[in-house]
Amino acid sequence: MPKDTGIGASPKRREDVRFLTGKGRYTDDINVAGQAHVVFLRSDVAHGRIRGIDTAAAEEMEGVIRIFTAKDFEGVGGIPCGWQITDRQGNPMQEPKHPILAEGKVRHVGDPIAAVVAETRDQARDAAEVIVADIEDLPAVIDMKKAVAEGAPLVHDDLTSNLCYDWGFVEENREAVDRAISGAAHVTTLELVNNRLVANPMEPRVAVGDYAFHDDSSTLYTTSQNPHVIRLLMGAFVLNIPEHKLRVVAPDVGGGFGTKIFHYAEEAFCTFAAKQLQRPVKWTSSRSEAFMSDAHGRDHVTKIELALDADHNFTAVRTETYANMGAYLSTFAPSVPTWLHGTLMAGNYKTPNIYVNVKAVFTNTVPVDAYRGAGRPEATFQLERVIDMAARELGVDPVELRRKNYVTEFPYATPVAVEYDTGDYNATMDKLLSMIDREGFAERRRESEARGKLRGLGINAYIEACGIAPSQLVGQLGARAGLYESATVRVNATGGLVVMTGSHSHGQGHETSFAQVVADMIGINEDQVEIVHGDTANSPMGMGTYGSRSLAVGGSAMVKATEKIIAKAKKIAAHLMEASEGDIELKEGRFTVAGTDKSVAWGDVTLAAYVPHNYPLEEIEPGLEETAFYDPNNFTYPAGAYACEVEVDPETGKVDVLAFAAADDFGNVVNPMIVEGQVHGGLAQGIGQALLENCAYDEEGQLLSASYMDYAMPRAHDLPMFQVDHSCQTPCTHNPLGVKGCGEAGAIGSPPSIVNAVIDALHSGGHDVPHIDMPLTPARVWHAMQGGAANLGSAQPAAGSGNTTHDRSVGAGDTATH
Amino acid sequence: MYDFELVKPKTLREAVAALQAEDAQALGGGQTLLPTMKARLAMAEQFVALSGIDEIKGVCLDDDGRICIGGGTTHATVARECAESYPALASLAGRIGDPAVRNRGTIGGSIANNDPSACYPAGALGSNATIMAEGPNGTREIAADDFFLGMFTTALEEGEIVSEVKFPVPERARYEKFIQPASRFPLVAAFVAKFSDGVRVAITGASSSGVFRWTEAEEALSADWSPDAVKGLTAPDAGEMISDLHGDGAYRAHLVKVMTARAVAAA
Ligand SMILES: Cc1cc2nc3c(=O)[nH]c(=O)nc-3n(C[C@H](O)[C@H](O)[C@H](O)COP(=O)(O)OP(=O)(O)OC[C@H]3O[C@@H](n4cnc5c(N)ncnc54)[C@H](O)[C@@H]3O)c2cc1C
Repeated sequence: MPKDTGIGASPKRREDVRFLTGKGRYTDDINVAGQAHVVFLRSDVAHGRIRGIDTAAAEEMEGVIRIFTAKDFEGVGGIPCGWQITDRQGNPMQEPKHPILAEGKVRHVGDPIAAVVAETRDQARDAAEVIVADIEDLPAVIDMKKAVAEGAPLVHDDLTSNLCYDWGFVEENREAVDRAISGAAHVTTLELVNNRLVANPMEPRVAVGDYAFHDDSSTLYTTSQNPHVIRLLMGAFVLNIPEHKLRVVAPDVGGGFGTKIFHYAEEAFCTFAAKQLQRPVKWTSSRSEAFMSDAHGRDHVTKIELALDADHNFTAVRTETYANMGAYLSTFAPSVPTWLHGTLMAGNYKTPNIYVNVKAVFTNTVPVDAYRGAGRPEATFQLERVIDMAARELGVDPVELRRKNYVTEFPYATPVAVEYDTGDYNATMDKLLSMIDREGFAERRRESEARGKLRGLGINAYIEACGIAPSQLVGQLGARAGLYESATVRVNATGGLVVMTGSHSHGQGHETSFAQVVADMIGINEDQVEIVHGDTANSPMGMGTYGSRSLAVGGSAMVKATEKIIAKAKKIAAHLMEASEGDIELKEGRFTVAGTDKSVAWGDVTLAAYVPHNYPLEEIEPGLEETAFYDPNNFTYPAGAYACEVEVDPETGKVDVLAFAAADDFGNVVNPMIVEGQVHGGLAQGIGQALLENCAYDEEGQLLSASYMDYAMPRAHDLPMFQVDHSCQTPCTHNPLGVKGCGEAGAIGSPPSIVNAVIDALHSGGHDVPHIDMPLTPARVWHAMQGGAANLGSAQPAAGSGNTTHDRSVGAGDTATH
Repeated sequence: MYDFELVKPKTLREAVAALQAEDAQALGGGQTLLPTMKARLAMAEQFVALSGIDEIKGVCLDDDGRICIGGGTTHATVARECAESYPALASLAGRIGDPAVRNRGTIGGSIANNDPSACYPAGALGSNATIMAEGPNGTREIAADDFFLGMFTTALEEGEIVSEVKFPVPERARYEKFIQPASRFPLVAAFVAKFSDGVRVAITGASSSGVFRWTEAEEALSADWSPDAVKGLTAPDAGEMISDLHGDGAYRAHLVKVMTARAVAAA
């Protein structure tokens, strides 16, 4: 029976009332009295030396208050990077300075050169147009493989090359992996691109800086997924403001998808300028600016080899990936292709030998960082593609090949440093197969063929690591921050309570689902519980929301704090009922004494806590407020199986997604409706990546897809009705709720389903196409059917350099069967 | 946006007069102009809004049986009012952009703009329409064949307004549009129209010189009105096609054939 309230129920999202009626309070709705506006002059070339910036005429323009350039930031820190990677030789990565405004050189289209602060935004924009930036064009490096070649122009003159790091994982396993591959019965090789994406949250970024002279404190309102992290990074590393003098507020945030995790130059600028000018300073990004200043996602070029023995057991996986960092290191950029990607290369499989090599490369492009899934989609895509390709080469069923190699015993320690606590991959695959009528596929294919269409079925598994956390582990891995979470539960005298969580909701529905958990634990109505987040002035130090960590880590902190509340409340109840504490039970909002008919209500106890007339003051303090910090001892590992059916129009190459099914294991589920919504959104983004979205640069480093005229977002009509199921539940073994996280799964698991299905469709039509790089646009699919591979004006590399899909994706005849 | 003056005349005459001012520009539905103005890529001292001029709005029939559409008529109106009289044109209008665009954007604006990927130029050229241009010296009648002169270029003179477009109604016609997935403008679209004296085929989205008549297909189809007649043709020269992120010349040239054949099949 579905529940009506509490854990497992699906109450409607309370926050949607304000969002759907236009009453949300977003950062751009915040206007501080006396505020000025800043507009950034941004580079329109990808690489150039700044010979001079003439602001004289602009300075004279109406309304202009002050124009800032790099020289105003001498003595101010650069934007810090939050993660340090150690390379194969044991050396730290190359870490260039990331100035707030371009210093000496511009390094990507969109790099801010000058900032005009004026009375109005239009005045600032007018003046920015009058600034004369004298920039000597330099050759740009866009293609990663060219960027690391001998003699390539340097993005940063003070670095030895454009290579940020060359990382081997696990370096000690390298030789064993090489041996396993050379001795394998069959090796399948695939070269592929994981396409660069623009996150495109509905709300562009905004920052408002404010400075209070009376107590020398700064406030930053910003569109952030983690206000405390911004406070720490910006305060300690950039502007030298102690945390007790700095407040960061991230109110309603209209979507983040990762790109609002990071600390951005515009935030530091507004905070800095507000103090300099003694006036609040506001920046609102335009959509065009967002395309060239929000951190992008993905952009990997990978070669993967899968070795199998004669019985089709996976014996080794070896990968070599070029990961684009863009022109500067964004906050978590170095961790994405390494710890969020390398550690997932075992997938759902018991492959004994794995070696992952990642070369992170600087190019004259917008910085690249985490985007929904971050590293795990890249891992899943290559693995699930190469397995499909191996099944085709070997003539075996792709589902059976996967099942044969599934990890089935838990806990399972992978050869890539993580331990899966629990899971049941056969269960999700069984569930999936029960949802999709695989037997009927041949008939459906014939029906499509009768209409002149090619039909394909793609099936794959995925696993991801969520609840991004254990601080000690991530510390060993190079994180410069801890990754616990916090919560304060403040119970009021009349029984209602407020939870101040370090997690941040920017569309996830925490105000609803978190309230369900606390209300359920105490047995009170959900409307007695208020969830507050996004303000460093009231929440304890928290690490924010990304990596599907909110419920698993933030929810656990909240549970711990609520447990402390309940323990204390029981002491009070015991005192009120003159019973022994051990006999007190809390159920449906009442405290009872076991074996008696005595009871007191939740509200009686909370009132006693604040009006302690009859109260055990010798034993406990008055009041009912508790804080907990939770630092788990492992990641969580959601996993599942996805399937999709597509139809390809062989005349045009157009792909239609006819059906998509997802069987996920998220452990326990608090609000099934919200979980389904998260999966739907993730699938839409994954399908968008697979079929539509392509952030492309040309050879000169101009962004070709710089607006929605050229960057295709998925729309409702591009998507089928989704079938989603989360009834397979192996609860997480190490957090109190047994939850795993569901925010990214859809985006992680779905791209390979789509590509597998399209390749299957093409093969059914007699087209021996090994692989097509995403997005599988009609032009690319059509060219692949003709045996070619179109570059379409984009300088981003294909994996291989050939002009045919075969050359590009398989390389020079590397597929070997011994 | 830069600052500008806006005038909103009630008659065509007043509008033509207002357009004679230094640096004045017509504003139709604004569905092309407003985004460019917001991006500060377009500017003028004075914009002359055509939306208050009733005499250039609406659809009627003339004595020759031509469908006459006022230059200020929105795409939505054409989609509605031509559904019976000229279904191919109605379906073209009904697939432009989204409802907001269709309820603002006008046929006059689309034709005057002559975007190489716009729909209406194909409809006008394929239908052998006549464009009525109103200027300070009166009205000029311009055949579609003489009107579209290449990407964003037309035979309109400075200060002229498209007041009406007259469409002869073919025996059969169809517009087949293959959308560019981001903008949803045509990547390639074909308008085919079969008249008693021959077939016309107009292609948009494909060529770097804008909308064009595919004469080989017209000849083939005039002789044999069937999709197979198109399938036997060689595609137009890929070198003259637009090549961009969404498709290179070879792909567009191929689509020209596919869309034309499909239009014939569906007409
Ligand atoms: C989201 C979106 C999607 C779209 N999709 C499509 C599509 O699929 N297919 C398609 O064809 N178009 C599409 N359009 C463009 C749309 O059809 C526009 O309506 C059309 O291009 C311009 O018409 P308008 O009335 O809005 O003209 P405006 O934008 O007002 O003006 C455009 C130009 O024409 C001039 N002008 C306007 N009216 C006249 C006139 N009567 N006489 C002389 N000059 C005039 C203006 O001075 C200006 O130079 C889309 C637009 C948007 C915003």
